[in-house]
Amino acid sequence: MTDRTLPQRSFSVGMLLYDTRYRAMTIQVVAIMCFMLLVAWLIGNTIQNLNALGKGVSFGFLNQPASYDINQRLIEYTSRSTHLRASVVGLLNTLLLAVMGCLLATVIGVFVGVLRLSHNWIVARLMTVYIEVFRNVPVLLWIVFAMAILIDTLPRPADFRGENATASMYFGDTVALTNRGLYIPEPLFMNSLGDLPVLGVFEISLDLLAFVLVLGAGLWATARIRRRADRIQEDTGIRPVTWHWRILLLAGPTAFLLYILGFTLGLPELKGFNFKGGIHMRNSLIALWLALSLYTAAFIAEAVRAGIMAVSKGQTEAAYSLGLRPGRTMSLVILPQALRVIIPPLISHYLNLTKNSSLAIAVGYMDVTGTLGGITLNQTGRELESILLLMACYLAISLSVSAVLNWYNDRVRLKER
Amino acid sequence: MAHSAFVRDGLIAPKPPPMTEVGAIGWMRANLFSGWLNSILTLASVAGTVFVFYELLPWMFQSSWTANSVAECRAAIAGAHGDGVNGACWAVIRERYLQLLYGFYPANMYWRPNLTFVLMLVALSPILFPNLPRKMLWFSAVYPFLGYFLLWGGTIWLPISILLGFVVGYFLIALNSARMGLLFGVISGAAGTVIYWIYIASWFAQVAHDLIPIGLTEVESARFGGFMLSTIIGVTGISCSLPIGIMLALGRKSDLLIVKSICVGFIEFIRGVPLITLLFVASTLLNIFLPPGTNFDLILRVVIMVTLFASAYLAEVVRGGLAALPTGQFEAADSLGLDYWKSMRLIVLPQALKISIPGIVSTFIGLYKDTTLVSIIGLLDPVGLTTSIRADSAWNGIVWELYAFVAAVFFVFCFSMSRYSMHLERRLQTDHN
Repeated sequence: MTDRTLPQRSFSVGMLLYDTRYRAMTIQVVAIMCFMLLVAWLIGNTIQNLNALGKGVSFGFLNQPASYDINQRLIEYTSRSTHLRASVVGLLNTLLLAVMGCLLATVIGVFVGVLRLSHNWIVARLMTVYIEVFRNVPVLLWIVFAMAILIDTLPRPADFRGENATASMYFGDTVALTNRGLYIPEPLFMNSLGDLPVLGVFEISLDLLAFVLVLGAGLWATARIRRRADRIQEDTGIRPVTWHWRILLLAGPTAFLLYILGFTLGLPELKGFNFKGGIHMRNSLIALWLALSLYTAAFIAEAVRAGIMAVSKGQTEAAYSLGLRPGRTMSLVILPQALRVIIPPLISHYLNLTKNSSLAIAVGYMDVTGTLGGITLNQTGRELESILLLMACYLAISLSVSAVLNWYNDRVRLKER
Repeated sequence: MAHSAFVRDGLIAPKPPPMTEVGAIGWMRANLFSGWLNSILTLASVAGTVFVFYELLPWMFQSSWTANSVAECRAAIAGAHGDGVNGACWAVIRERYLQLLYGFYPANMYWRPNLTFVLMLVALSPILFPNLPRKMLWFSAVYPFLGYFLLWGGTIWLPISILLGFVVGYFLIALNSARMGLLFGVISGAAGTVIYWIYIASWFAQVAHDLIPIGLTEVESARFGGFMLSTIIGVTGISCSLPIGIMLALGRKSDLLIVKSICVGFIEFIRGVPLITLLFVASTLLNIFLPPGTNFDLILRVVIMVTLFASAYLAEVVRGGLAALPTGQFEAADSLGLDYWKSMRLIVLPQALKISIPGIVSTFIGLYKDTTLVSIIGLLDPVGLTTSIRADSAWNGIVWELYAFVAAVFFVFCFSMSRYSMHLERRLQTDHN
């Protein structure tokens, strides 16, 4: 029998380069050395430059008082609060904008994407025009444009005053749309449960918590009933009528809770030069919300259209031949299958919207770029630390959003065997 | 009993289809009024469209093109179309459109950006239209230096001297790889080029300029602005990021764990942060990262950061192209005995890049739109210029006209590029389904 093993040669330096067994390792070692050298070079330069400027790297400034005001805050904040708290306020504003934007963008995007495939000639054309116009103009331009519309075309608060007011409130004097923002009624509770401090950092309203809990329980119960109805339908072919139970379970406890808490609406009222009371949505928030949503919705609409087109025509025909109407065909047959194609691009559009929300700085909305990367940076002169923290914030948002949505994507993906 | 059954022995002449099924009425019934929901949608759409045009058209056309300030403009509109008419003041566009296009570039030198733009189209054409002669690619290679010289001016010897660096590198590679193998050739070529750039290039430019002074009037970066600036940043960003993006994509697909993790880390980091934070880095931090005393102008710093930004996105586009390639292609290249770089260069990348061209174009569209963000760090791109024009006392109060103009120009550029990319997608489709 011949010896099939390779002749054992003694190791030589050239083998590191020309022997495929070692070359991968050599390249990697060289790569990591180059990378470390680059990083070391950058850090060395940074230290040298910072020393020359006479400042080290320190995050101590986060505990100093911020001494600037933030006009929209979701948690307690005064100008005596720290820079850290200012950053958190900004971060919450970013998240608020991102969540509101994603919701509205999804609604508009799905609507437009479905309508673009409509057989109705004029509707399909209009939706195409909408998509092309919004996709091909920079989002920053849309934001400043929306801001200009809100400021220049809406009535001033003063126009609401007096006998011959030129502007009036909507929905029975409950909603006021002014060039300073939108005033809507706020929920007030006569027998409020108070606030629950969380870790001594911020407070959550117990009323809200109770409301969410009761609503959640109601939703869970209705889901149970629906599943039971599904099971009965599968067993017997007859679906029990459950809608009145579901409505009762959902609305009953919630209404009871609201009654106990003494629920009233705090209406906005014109006092002095401005509206007081109610929830004030600043026009910077509204402009950003609309501009970002409409812009992103155009992209989402294209993704939805692509997803629907990816479902083969046979599925539609099969559903029609089963006697399903077009609306139900769309919601029961086409969209669930299209969802698998739609979700990956949808994730990236959500992330784009979140990142684009940093353009808030152009209209003076105090998001995390405006507080941490704007005023805090300018006041403390800590560019390096501020920008690193800012990037870390966005990176954390991006990575966690994509992690959650990727998990969801894995769940709805077609299981191939 | 006689059979009285009727048997037809000829065909009935076909009747014309009912009026409601053919022609304009039939089309409308099928496409606009096929059901009550569709009818409502149609009527609502028509009403909405008519309303928008009814509001917009008078504003657009009851306008003034000749006034020299907002007040004059309003007076002219009131005089021509009656009091209380709200018309557009297009005069601001007539007066400032050159500024919106070129920024504060000296007016007597507009031929330079114009020529650069035309030459850019020439340089791009062999890449976009494969049936043009391949020799034109040489011009594309020289073009960046030519463009720099035309736009910024100064001595012609500086770009030539930098270009010479590549020639030096090429000769070193050709010489040394023949003697010592390809790897050492490449390393010595790269090292030689860098050494030449750091120590010899500026000296050579100086000496050559003293001997034969050829040059154009220098234009400093602060005068750059408008769509010219957007185009410079966008085009430079995308073309510099293409090689980096390809390298990152290859790195991400590679089996080498460390190389792969460096590439993945870079790509995910850049894609995870907004462009505006990278622009903040350009405006405040970049000088801190570089050796003490380094100071170059803001446009260059912005271009560097935009290049890094675009390269991460391009890497993902190219990775998509690589993933779309059947594994058989990689295996065929391996079985031919080609080494990694040869198989990439000759087999894999030509196909992968062809697939990713539409993606590259749409990345470019996105980048071109994103160049408006530089207005936030104080550069005078079209959006930044609208703010400064509105601050002018003569045009204080102008809002819509400027935005409409800027938006229209962006729309024309981006829309035509996206149409081109769709056309390309169809043309590149070589399969037959």
